[in-house]
Amino acid sequence: MKFVDEFRDADTAHALAAKIAALCEPGRQYKLMEVCGGHTHTIYKHGLEDYLPESVTLVHGPGCPVCVIPMGRVDDAMALASEPDVIMTSFGDMMRVPGSNGSFFDAKAAGTDIRMVYSPLDSLKIARNNPDKRVVFMAIGFETTAPSTAMTIMRAAQENLPNFSVFCNHVTIIPAIKAILDSPDLRLDGFIGPGHVSTVIGCRPYEFIARDYGKPVVTAGFEPLDILQSIYMLLLQLSEGRSEVENQYSRVVPWDGNPTALKVIGETMQLRPYFEWRGLGFISHSALSVREKYAQFDAELLFHVPGVRVADPKACQCGEVLKGVLKPWECKVFGTACTPETPIGTCMVSPEGACAAYYNYGRMNRHRVKEAVTIQVGRP
Amino acid sequence: MCLGIPGEVIELLPDQPDLARVDVSGVRRVINIGLLTDDPPVPGEWVLIHVGFALSKIDEAEAGAALQFLEGIGQAYADELEALAESRIE
Repeated sequence: MKFVDEFRDADTAHALAAKIAALCEPGRQYKLMEVCGGHTHTIYKHGLEDYLPESVTLVHGPGCPVCVIPMGRVDDAMALASEPDVIMTSFGDMMRVPGSNGSFFDAKAAGTDIRMVYSPLDSLKIARNNPDKRVVFMAIGFETTAPSTAMTIMRAAQENLPNFSVFCNHVTIIPAIKAILDSPDLRLDGFIGPGHVSTVIGCRPYEFIARDYGKPVVTAGFEPLDILQSIYMLLLQLSEGRSEVENQYSRVVPWDGNPTALKVIGETMQLRPYFEWRGLGFISHSALSVREKYAQFDAELLFHVPGVRVADPKACQCGEVLKGVLKPWECKVFGTACTPETPIGTCMVSPEGACAAYYNYGRMNRHRVKEAVTIQVGRP
Repeated sequence: MCLGIPGEVIELLPDQPDLARVDVSGVRRVINIGLLTDDPPVPGEWVLIHVGFALSKIDEAEAGAALQFLEGIGQAYADELEALAESRIE
C-alpha cells in the first residue's frame, strides 16, 4: 500500500538517527528496554541497532506471552488434557512450548485430543458441538488477549454451556515491569512501551514508572520509524531531565485504553495473589484467575491441577534473556542445542521471543558471534 | 497470537449485533466486535483483530503499515492466517 512508505522512508530514518546521536551525552551509556516482543521483532528485522550510536543499547523485555509461561504450568495443562473426555484447545503459539514431558504437539502426536484454535470462540464452538466432551481452553497472553477470554466466558455463561472451561494463565504487564525495575541486575534508562497491550490498558498504568522511578516511557508503534521516533522521544526526555509517559502510537492507542475491554476483564477475572513467570520467578498480583461468579468455567476448580513447580532446564538461560540481562546470543545453547525447530527455552519458540527473532534474521548465530567477538578483541 | 491483524469490515451480521464479517488479506471470516461498543465499526472501516476480537479501530494507512509488518514476519503471519481461515466464529 502506498501509505506504508511514510513509516519506512530511509532518509527519515537516517535523519532521526542523526537527531538521536546528537542527543547522546558523550561518555554516557543509555539502556532502553523494549517491553514488547513485537518490537523486538521489528528491531532485528530492520537492523535498527545499526542506526543507533554505540552508547545506546536496546534491551529486550518480558513481553512475549508464550515465553513467560513456566514449565510447571505447561505440565499442569498436559495433566488437564489427559483427563478422561477432555478436549484441550490452544492457540498455535502454545503448541511447541516444552514442559518437562514434552509439548502439546508431542502429546497430540501420542494421541491426546489437543486442538489448535484461532480464537477462544472457536473453542466454545467445539464445546457446543461435543456435548459429551469437556472442552478446556488454554488461555494465555497479556491484556491483549484477556478481553477475548473474558468475552468468551460471558458468552458461555449466557448460553449456560456445561462443558466449557478455561485454564487461565493470563498475565498482566505492569507487575512484570515493576519486578524488572526492582531487580538489582539491571539499570535501565527508559522504556519503549508496548503497543497492543496499551490499546487495552492505555498509557496511565505506566505513570508510576515516570513518577516513582524517574524513568521515561514512550508507547510505540511497530514500524521501524515508530521505534526510532520513540527512542528519540526517550532520549529527548533524558536530555531535558524529564521523566514522563508519552504516546508515540496515538494513532492506535487511546490514552485511556479500551474501557469495554477493561470492564469485561474485571467482570470475569481477578488478580491472583502471586504467579510464577519463567525467568522472573514469583511476582505478586501479576496474573488473573477466573472470578468465583464464573467458577463453573474455571478449569482449575473443575479438574485436579498438580501445580508442581518445575525448574527450567539447566542449560536454558531464558530467564536472563527475559530480564534483559543477557542478549540471546550470549546464552550457552543459543543456535546450537536450542533452535526454533528444537527449542529448549520458550524465547526460541514464539516468533515474538527475542531468541527466535535473533535467530530468524541471522543477526547473530554462534559463528557470527565468534566473528564479532574476534573483531572487537582485535580492535586497538 | 499476540499479533494484531488488520481487517476491513465487510458487513455486520444482521441477527448478531456483536459479529461482523471482515476481510484479512483476502480471507473473509466472522469476528466479534463486542469490545468496540462505544464506537462500533461500519462496513469499509478497518479494525485491529486479536484472536477473533476487534480491539481497536484503525485508519487505512495504519492498516497498510500493520499488514506490511505482518507480511515481513513471514511464517508467523502465514500461521495466523491459516488459523483464521480455520476459524468459524458464530
